[in-house]
Amino acid sequence: MADCGEPDGPGNKDDIARSKNEGKELTKEEKQRLRKQKKQQKKHKERKNEKGPSETEKDETPVSLLPPPPPVATQKAPSALPAPASAPIPVPASAPFHSSPAPSPADKPAKSKAELKAERRARQETDRAAKQPGSSSSGIKTKVPLSELNPVVKRLPEHVQVDDPAVVKRLAKKLERQQIPLRSDYGYKVSLFSHLHQYSRKAPLTQLLSIPSTVIHPSIVRLGLQYSQGIVAGSNARSVALLHAFKQVIRDYTTPPNEELSRDLVNKLKPYISFLNQCRPLSASMGNAIKYIKKEISNIPSQCKEEEAKTKLLKCIDRYIEEKIVLAAKAISKYAIEKISDGDVILVYGCSSLVNHILCEAFEKSRKFRVIVVDSRPRLEGREALRRLVQRGISCTYVLISALSYILPEVSKVFLGAHALLANGYVMSRVGTSQIALVARTFNVPVLVCCETYKFCERVQTDSFVSNELDDPDDLMVTRKGKTQLENWQDVSSLGLLNLVYDVTPPDFVDLVITDLGMIPCTSVPVVLRVKNLDQ
Amino acid sequence: MPGADKETDLTERIEAFLADLKRGGSGTGPLRGSGEMARETTYLLRRITAQARWSSAGDLMEIIRNEGRRMTAAQPSETTVGNMVRRVLKIIREEYARSRGSSEETEQQESLHKLLTAGELSEENFRQHFVHLKANVIEAINELLTELDGTTDNIAMQALEHIHSNEVIMTVGRSRTVEAFLKDAARKRKFHVIVAECAPFCQGHEMATGLSKVGIETTVIADAAIFAVMSRVNKVIIGTQTVLANGGLRAVNGTHSVALAARHHSTPLIICAPMFKLSPQFPNEEDTFHKFVSPHEVLPFTAGEILSKVNVHCPVFDYVPPELITLFISNIGGNAPSYIYRLMSELYHPEDHKL
Repeated sequence: MADCGEPDGPGNKDDIARSKNEGKELTKEEKQRLRKQKKQQKKHKERKNEKGPSETEKDETPVSLLPPPPPVATQKAPSALPAPASAPIPVPASAPFHSSPAPSPADKPAKSKAELKAERRARQETDRAAKQPGSSSSGIKTKVPLSELNPVVKRLPEHVQVDDPAVVKRLAKKLERQQIPLRSDYGYKVSLFSHLHQYSRKAPLTQLLSIPSTVIHPSIVRLGLQYSQGIVAGSNARSVALLHAFKQVIRDYTTPPNEELSRDLVNKLKPYISFLNQCRPLSASMGNAIKYIKKEISNIPSQCKEEEAKTKLLKCIDRYIEEKIVLAAKAISKYAIEKISDGDVILVYGCSSLVNHILCEAFEKSRKFRVIVVDSRPRLEGREALRRLVQRGISCTYVLISALSYILPEVSKVFLGAHALLANGYVMSRVGTSQIALVARTFNVPVLVCCETYKFCERVQTDSFVSNELDDPDDLMVTRKGKTQLENWQDVSSLGLLNLVYDVTPPDFVDLVITDLGMIPCTSVPVVLRVKNLDQ
Repeated sequence: MPGADKETDLTERIEAFLADLKRGGSGTGPLRGSGEMARETTYLLRRITAQARWSSAGDLMEIIRNEGRRMTAAQPSETTVGNMVRRVLKIIREEYARSRGSSEETEQQESLHKLLTAGELSEENFRQHFVHLKANVIEAINELLTELDGTTDNIAMQALEHIHSNEVIMTVGRSRTVEAFLKDAARKRKFHVIVAECAPFCQGHEMATGLSKVGIETTVIADAAIFAVMSRVNKVIIGTQTVLANGGLRAVNGTHSVALAARHHSTPLIICAPMFKLSPQFPNEEDTFHKFVSPHEVLPFTAGEILSKVNVHCPVFDYVPPELITLFISNIGGNAPSYIYRLMSELYHPEDHKL
């Protein structure tokens, strides 16, 4: 981070060097100062390249500390212009502060502030004059760092651009700045999916963190570990766990002096979100929840006291969970129970908390039906669903997805859960869902998808390749009769294992989507999204 | 007495074979490929022809039919056994007809005229005794054995006609025929193979390791991902356990999903099956079509108490209707599914369809 090698006043140099060596979290002021130093250096470099000789004269001015430029309110600011042209611009990151060209700053005594201000103003006039005649490129270049913060066009998320080295480098820099370790990819990636990450479960991100972690709140660390090891799985469970962890963060948060809660808390949450993203890519429901929280935080009025603000936020989060997840489940069950009649044979796939809830509710209301649970390797989530249903007393049958054609002639309805509903009507769900929908359509069995509205997402996708998640490839290995066939798959260069997590189902396979707003066809998702956006 | 010894020896062998059939089908014995099964059956039938006591073709056919019935009863899902028995019966009929001197074609073809006029011809004809019948039959069975030995190579030789470079081929589970097919094509062409592992037996893993050892780019996927990756697949090449009389398949479970996904994406579905897998059965016998193995493959005993409260099914086979199939590649060349019924009449006599 502090790699600009900017020669600074002796006092600050030591501070920064000390903190860097001790590895403590840099204070806010130091971070901002370093950021500004970098910006100035970039600006200077461009100007130097453009203006050549005229600049060098200006560089003769002393390099002592100048008062900060008015807009940014910080204490000590670095010099506006770096070392004079005589000394080579200290660029390499390895050049530590304390060995920077010491003679130059120490020599020049500090001029009076007024004189320095006048000099700076004169310099700015000449710059502006020089800029006029059409060397507008440098102006745009200096503006680039600012505009990057507010892109006009939606940028592609980083986790689907792993094959682009520039994007990977940018992510690494961002993580370094936030002091989060970068997780490295594992194993041979199938060429069709080289644009996605593939991590190993045996190397969790938390191994690279120092203990105790000062950057990331411990409940977030725990949550990240639970995500990456698969202990918390399923989009509702993940969202609820995330919101609870954020509640803990808010409870433990104290506003630092001279800071506003609305802005500072959002900035505090950013490294946490990056960390969680590194542990396991965020789901669409989590993304919506985070957007909601950020909006709520930034809407806190500045005159609100801290305690009041915190209780307000905690109440907001509780209300979100209550409305969007718990009450939505109740509403969906009510609609869905109308669709379950006596004597039905219902097929479910994997473990969807919502579908399990619906079936348990229907059973409570004394509907007579039996359930067929279809499961698939390697996750085998259906066993969990089976346990939950059997505990309630529902009679169940259990098969693997390869036996689907055998069991489907007995089935009267198929209930599926969803991870997200995309704006073009495609259903993104656990891998295998599209296969079930396809075979059910062939046997003329109705397919009903149950999904809460907070999982609706504005992305569009037509196939399962462009945006997906790759799970640990070692999960596909299995030991049968004492032999593991794929034990040494890493040694064979032409062998790859592919463990997809999600797939998209085209809307023509789905007959009905049951949401808390009612029963809609798959193609009405953008209508709901628009209505939601208008409401908010 | 040498004759009695030979007889007991023969019966022993038959009993051993039947016991093997029964054991092998339950999944506990070594899984044997259909080719091996066919060869073993033919060896046994040759031995029966050589060692059993018979005087006329009719006797021999009676003996073989009885043994055949016992063998198919021991393991109904192993259809190659029944197929070989029918082939040998047809061989006997042919040799008998040749010995008698009448031409073969008129005997075999079923025409309406024949049905009306000559119903009683078949039974009594096989009572005549011919000296060289035994030798001829044994020679013909030897030819059948040579044909069996060469089936995999014959199919593999056609690989280059069907696979071009930079293709993505999908296959399901493990089939020795398909493995040989792909390895033969890989000698000259570079392509990518996606293998669906086919739970719960996961034979796809063995297939993948076999293919990757010869340098073919292989990817193993879970069954659930078949539809997800099908959009990038150019061809689906699979093997099968049996080819049914209507052109449909009885293949390993999961094949029907693959076939449906391939039809949805308009991907050709190619079946590599040697002719001895062609069976005169139709798929409408509900109780004998499906074969189930122990459900602990699906839900192991470690799952605990819920085992007693749930039904678990582990079917082994799937039915694939002929509309979903594009091409059959067998040792006699490529055929459309609609032509299968014709091939059957070349291989088996209509009266032998029911053993």
